[in-house]
Amino acid sequence: MEVSNGLHAMTAEELARFVLDQQELFILDVRNEEDYRNWRIEGERIKSINLPYFTLLEGVEPALARIPADRPVLVVCAKEGSSKFVAERLVEAGRSPVYYLEGGMKSWSEHLAPVKIGELADGGALYQFVRLGKGCLSYMIVSGEEAAIVDTARMTDVYERFAAELGVKIKHTIDTHLHADHLSGGRKLADRSGAAYWLPLKDATEVIFHYDSLEEGREIVVGDTAIRIHPIHSPGHTIGSTSLLVDERYLLSGDILFVESIGRPDLAGLAEDWVGDLRETLYERYRGLPQDLIVLPAHFGQVSELGEGGKVMARLSDLYRSNPGLNIADEEAFRREVTENLPPQPNAYQAIRQANMGKQTPDEDEQREMEIGPNRCAVHDQ
Amino acid sequence: MPDIQADQTLDCRGLACPMPIVKTKKAMDQLQAGQVIEVQATDRGSLADMQGWAKNTGHLYLGTIEEGNLLRHYLRKASPDETKELKKHPYTVSNEELAKKMESGGRQVTILDVREPAEFAFRRLPGSISIPLGALESRLDELDPEAEIHVICRTGTRSDLACQLLADKGFKQVKNVVPGISDWNGPTEQDNI
Repeated sequence: MEVSNGLHAMTAEELARFVLDQQELFILDVRNEEDYRNWRIEGERIKSINLPYFTLLEGVEPALARIPADRPVLVVCAKEGSSKFVAERLVEAGRSPVYYLEGGMKSWSEHLAPVKIGELADGGALYQFVRLGKGCLSYMIVSGEEAAIVDTARMTDVYERFAAELGVKIKHTIDTHLHADHLSGGRKLADRSGAAYWLPLKDATEVIFHYDSLEEGREIVVGDTAIRIHPIHSPGHTIGSTSLLVDERYLLSGDILFVESIGRPDLAGLAEDWVGDLRETLYERYRGLPQDLIVLPAHFGQVSELGEGGKVMARLSDLYRSNPGLNIADEEAFRREVTENLPPQPNAYQAIRQANMGKQTPDEDEQREMEIGPNRCAVHDQ
Repeated sequence: MPDIQADQTLDCRGLACPMPIVKTKKAMDQLQAGQVIEVQATDRGSLADMQGWAKNTGHLYLGTIEEGNLLRHYLRKASPDETKELKKHPYTVSNEELAKKMESGGRQVTILDVREPAEFAFRRLPGSISIPLGALESRLDELDPEAEIHVICRTGTRSDLACQLLADKGFKQVKNVVPGISDWNGPTEQDNI
């Protein structure tokens, strides 16, 4: 969309292509220094600098000196206004092409797109929805004319549209645990689709709505020819955390095991209590599973975890070799690693937990505000 | 609701970023140094940005009162000799660096405190000497022009002026301690009061 000569809008979707395809892009982030330090757009070949817009009110010369003249530049701010303001001045100063991010970091935080992970038995398929801005991953398991969604994000319309495109009906929404970093869309999507909403019983002791108890021994079936989802109790990030074994090939590990890190046990305030569970899940339960399972986590923390086409996945046996969280032999060292010097908690994590239990009902703007920032669910996040 | 006196009130309600800052800057240009402006805004982002902008320009961000969705920001216009456009003494040393030097060099490290005597009496760095900025020019003979002198005040502004004065007068190794005593975490002492 051309606004005026040399000034263009870039959508979050277009920006996502730069990250997923590892293309080069130069970003001028004009938010304040603290916001930039906490959370910014990252990619293998994305270079960004931070100059708050209020340092550029007298003129954009400080920015001109630091932006390469021969390349496109994307100006980014929280909501859009300031980036457009600065971008217009860059164009006036003769730079072209100059882009601003439509909807700012708020849109970036909300963007998610499906990537196909692989085929399942009898023509089924598994899709990963990558929420680049926040590092959240959710999944759609499709078989026959049915679908199940795992760790649904708040933007439920994305799944509804995708299910409609595939011509399937959403029958189940499943949360692997009570989330603390983002608002779950699981219950809302279930209500809208007439689906069942599954949540681990032990994480649901305070919830005030109806759910189906996700527990070991129960089986969730998708489609006539039956893609089976087996819950495996894998506590540690939360007490109820449950992994899903899908089609005997994929292990949806929730927030227990990531590609380059492991889940943090402290977000419900019970780190010391849950350390033992976390240790047992990672060093005993997961060890006992078939080692050729493909691990599909609910988050990524660094862009280096994004693979080809943006997929986030790894073989379980490879993770036992390379993931630092799976290679701490000493139990005491492990305890220290997962309870001391942890990264800051995710933004508004306590309010988010309350909302995911149904105890708070924030409006749309408040929901956006609560979800600002990275997920920070891993022990090794920044 | 606390009642805070302001010389001017600026209505930025309903305006989105960057307008609250753009308008505040314009209004501030019209104020006299030392005057206080109240900026009413509804954009939550204006809170961090007001603080950042004030820090960047040298104006003093005093605080914000929240009433529901309304944010009342208070800022005081800096006088020209407080703003950042001013020439700065080029040599500085951080609080942390100075603390390290004191640990290894003890009382060998010369620290000149240019705050007022009352400020010095209540809290100061051990072994520092007191010459208030206003008296510095007339008491230069108390200092060694060849020595390395670390000049300190509360936030680094007065000490910067003191450094420039000393450098003008031929002092060879003067360093401004930044940010100064307001952020000092090392040992302190006071008069026996």
